[in-house]
Amino acid sequence: MFDKILIANRGEIACRVIRSAQEMGIATVAVYSDADAAAMHVALADEAVHIGGPAPAESYLRGDRIIAAAQASGAQAIHPGYGFLSENPDFVEAVEAAGLTFIGPSARAIRAMGLKDAAKALMEEAGVPVVPGYHGADQSDDLLKEAAEGIGYPVLIKAVAGGGGKGMRLVERGADFADALASARSEAQTAFGNPAVLIEKFVTAPRHIEVQVFGDGTRAVHLFERDCSLQRRHQKVIEEAPAPGMTEEVRAAMGAAAVRAAEAIGYAGAGTVEFIVDGSDGLRADGFWFMEMNTRLQVEHPVTEAITGVDLVEWQIRVASGEPLPVAQADLTITGHAFEARLYAEDVPRGFLPATGTLSHLAFPGGCRADTGVRTGDRISPHYDPMIAKVIVHGPTRRIALQKLARALAGTEVAGSVTNLAFLGALAAHEGFARGEVDTGLIGRDLQALVAEPEVPVQAVAWAGLVALGLDRAPGAFDGFALWVPMRRAVVLSLGDVVYDISVESGGGGEMTVRFDTAEVTARWRDGRWTLDGTPAPAHHHAADRVTVFRNHGLAFDVPDPLARDATAASGDVVEAPMPGMVKAMMAGAGDHVTAGQRLAVLEAMKMEHVLAAPRDGIVAEVLVSEGTQVEAGAALIRLEAVED
Amino acid sequence: MKLVSKALTGSEEFRANVKGHMEAIEIVREAAQLAAEGGGGKARERHISRGKMLPRDRVANLLDPGSPFLEIGATAAHGMYDGAAPGAGLIAGIGQVAGRDVMVVCNDATVKGGTYYPVTVKKHLRAQEIAGENLLPCIYLVDSGGANLPNQDEVFPDRDHFGRIFYNQARMSAKGIPQIAVVMGSCTAGGAYVPAMSDVTIIVKEQGTIFLAGPPLVKAATGEVVSAEELGGGDVHTRLSGVADYLAEDDGHALALARQAVASLNRVPWQGVQWQAAEAPAYDPEDLLGVVPPDLRTPYDIRELIARVVDGSRFDEFKARFGETLVTGFAHVEGCPVGIIANNGVLFSESAQKGTHFIEICSQRNIPLVFLQNITGFIVGRKYENEGIARHGAKMVTAVATTSVPKITMVVGGSFGAGNYGMAGRAYQPRFMWSWPISRVSVMGGPQAAGVLATVRRDAIERAGGTWSPEEEAEFKRPTIEMFERQSHPLYASARLWDDGIIDPRKTRSVLALSLRASLNAPIEDTRFGVFRM
Repeated sequence: MFDKILIANRGEIACRVIRSAQEMGIATVAVYSDADAAAMHVALADEAVHIGGPAPAESYLRGDRIIAAAQASGAQAIHPGYGFLSENPDFVEAVEAAGLTFIGPSARAIRAMGLKDAAKALMEEAGVPVVPGYHGADQSDDLLKEAAEGIGYPVLIKAVAGGGGKGMRLVERGADFADALASARSEAQTAFGNPAVLIEKFVTAPRHIEVQVFGDGTRAVHLFERDCSLQRRHQKVIEEAPAPGMTEEVRAAMGAAAVRAAEAIGYAGAGTVEFIVDGSDGLRADGFWFMEMNTRLQVEHPVTEAITGVDLVEWQIRVASGEPLPVAQADLTITGHAFEARLYAEDVPRGFLPATGTLSHLAFPGGCRADTGVRTGDRISPHYDPMIAKVIVHGPTRRIALQKLARALAGTEVAGSVTNLAFLGALAAHEGFARGEVDTGLIGRDLQALVAEPEVPVQAVAWAGLVALGLDRAPGAFDGFALWVPMRRAVVLSLGDVVYDISVESGGGGEMTVRFDTAEVTARWRDGRWTLDGTPAPAHHHAADRVTVFRNHGLAFDVPDPLARDATAASGDVVEAPMPGMVKAMMAGAGDHVTAGQRLAVLEAMKMEHVLAAPRDGIVAEVLVSEGTQVEAGAALIRLEAVED
Repeated sequence: MKLVSKALTGSEEFRANVKGHMEAIEIVREAAQLAAEGGGGKARERHISRGKMLPRDRVANLLDPGSPFLEIGATAAHGMYDGAAPGAGLIAGIGQVAGRDVMVVCNDATVKGGTYYPVTVKKHLRAQEIAGENLLPCIYLVDSGGANLPNQDEVFPDRDHFGRIFYNQARMSAKGIPQIAVVMGSCTAGGAYVPAMSDVTIIVKEQGTIFLAGPPLVKAATGEVVSAEELGGGDVHTRLSGVADYLAEDDGHALALARQAVASLNRVPWQGVQWQAAEAPAYDPEDLLGVVPPDLRTPYDIRELIARVVDGSRFDEFKARFGETLVTGFAHVEGCPVGIIANNGVLFSESAQKGTHFIEICSQRNIPLVFLQNITGFIVGRKYENEGIARHGAKMVTAVATTSVPKITMVVGGSFGAGNYGMAGRAYQPRFMWSWPISRVSVMGGPQAAGVLATVRRDAIERAGGTWSPEEEAEFKRPTIEMFERQSHPLYASARLWDDGIIDPRKTRSVLALSLRASLNAPIEDTRFGVFRM
């Protein structure tokens, strides 16, 4: 067994690996880029080595530096995590050449699965079902139709050179084949200059189900399946295990196929065999086909850990150190059901754009496992994947587990960045999903409903107003005191495009009335906490200019700084000479559209050149002096067209 | 020692007392509400339509969120000028900005354009006096047309008229008391000196104006035609004239700038007394309305009131067995040590001597004094005159007049005659003076005054050999009694700034505490008493 390992990764997976290693009494070495010097994985590890700049190519992809770091620190093995160098066979060879152990499969196994077509052929040979299709060079009409019939309708005709859906046709029945073929060919010719097509089985309700395998280089076991059908643009969003609707028969068939795949390439360590599954009419033993094998630990491995009770990282380390498979297939069982939701810093309304920001607050509720690589105060850097955490729940039944997921997401508190938390929450509440009706098209079909912003509770707005004013504190003896007529304090908040003009009337004695629009909310201090209309105030986080109320999966209200205004900025239609001088240059001309701060003229005075800039956006109405003119202080030089308020 | 209340909270009498108080409170509440509405609906709407915040909202948004606002003269000018000047067109009071006490003086432009009536001037000067005595930074939220011209004779020329405002600003500035002006509307003529005399002035763009003579007067005087903005708008004053220092976008921005100005004052309040942790009274202050009879003729034990005001209802009574009609002793109010002097009947020679003794002690120890005033006066009669009640009373008046510790006077009942003097009435310059709605203040009781006048009259008639029937006498007395009744009402008194305001008795403790806190911004000077007639 190793006594020190290096983790060639960052973020949550590095933290995850470090924890298991520590559980096993193994010392850990972290590596970090400039951007990660203060990152959580660095803090967790026993030692840490700096390996380069923030861009992955300068650090986490620099195998040479990572190996050097391992050697310098005396680590005997390297855990690659996922991503970065985890599926790079050259790196594996370099690690081994350096006399270190790579915690993962052999370079040969990675290569075998790395080329998708070759991998499919290999799998076919090993008796693993692959998606039926025709990829032949003979492009005669009859042969293609024959192939389609052999595969069974519906089929897809795809351009060999294709992409982006061009030259692709779905054919439901034989009668339509000839026309579809002709139009696909002509489109392929136009788009790619190559009319060649291939035929593939069309899976009507495709589901993404993958099987976790674990090998010791000779033999392999499987740890059952995960369903990763909830995807948005091929990005997994929520994963679960076991797969809804899975039968023992299909599970056995898929498991056996996955084990065959792993054993066919002499797989060592944790791997995943991905299948496309036809979910249109229940799961069938003949309705799944190999897609690819991921020769690494997957992001979603915790759901498998939850239902099997296995620590996959521990197994990886044990097997890499030379131990045999810890258990036999018969010893593995499924207990309950698990979900994992991927919490990302992304801007859902703006098309799920990755976001950055400093997490001014990050907290997870009890009743879930939160795998994260960031803490309160950490920055979501633009250099890396914007994942904040994986929220994992486990329950005795799917229904209970899903309920726990919804609750865990509702209780997750993130401030300082936009996130997909509300989207995850909407998915956890999706009725079809609850019924187990999952397929890879679900999110796409229901996207609008899933990203719709639910109504903001008036109490949440009221609370944000009180927090912004600092009135969420315990009331003091004189808070809100007035002799006869209560005072009204105002605060303006904005939530997205919505502006709330809030007024707070303090009645003293721990009672306040909050009003905005037509809403009226009564805040009362009761038993050491504030209540709003009788219910306890929600949790919140207050940063300088933002109040995040943890309702609706986090409502981030912006609090404008009342001082962050410049009354002088937009004022004045006239650009005047600030001192006596000579107009050295005049860049403005009547009718010019100018923007605030734009250089309009240069005044030479006291041996200095003074740039005169546009005081605001606008149109130049007239230029009152020409270049070379000597002007007095306060002389009008340029007049902008007046704007109506 | 903790006071023990003998009150029966469920009794018929208790409930009747509450009812009496509530009626008196309701009259004041209505008056205060009326004043708070300023010039009323139309004027307020016009004000808002100009993009201005209502004056009370300006005050609220200047202060720290949740800050108390100890308003001064909330019902000033009530019933005066035919009701033309609710609140005297001015809001004044103490609140907190950036965590420290400040005096806010805010014109209400919805009331006759914020012009100064005689009582407006008096209220402004009273606010400045409080600021000066207690070293409170002054923030003037200016929106005023200057002197109210129809009343110019009572506003302009005298010592305590309009000019005194600027005199006070200069004197306070000299004393190191910051003067900050926020020009949120007009500052015309004399009013122009409020911002000009301030240390720091903020002006709202295209809304605030400062000029000695407005456009109409300029046109009349020189024929020059000029707009208000060109004459003295924010742009002019922050860019050309230097009369103002900060240009604000609107009211909200201006108030934020004022808050910023206070935050950078770098002054800490003095507060040099031995504070202790505040503790609520053991007896509910709400019950004050039940334990104190609203009818001033009904005697009660003043300790019932004290028990509902002081921390833990603990009262270290001093000289309890001597001069029992005056109760003296030590207590804390919201953690602040105080010496309490409270009437429990008419003042006798012993009571006056005891009061003097107690004031000497508190002065020696720098303990603020709280006067709970319910006094019909000093005892009268041959025995008392002969033993020198005037001499003993004078001792107490001397002590009250010359002590340097802060005095807070709360009129909880009657305030008649020389009792008013001995118990730190307005003339004795308490830092603050507040009244309960049931209180009455006059030189003597109405019936007594009428009786005195009737006796003089009867003597004259009878000397001339005439007769005076009891009916005639009653008819003679009636107008005097009625006049005293009207003029002794606290609303009448408060309208004229004879006190700083009428309060809900249930807020007695808070008002005392806030008054004490405000007072302790200024260091307590050493006392030098006058000659006591021994």
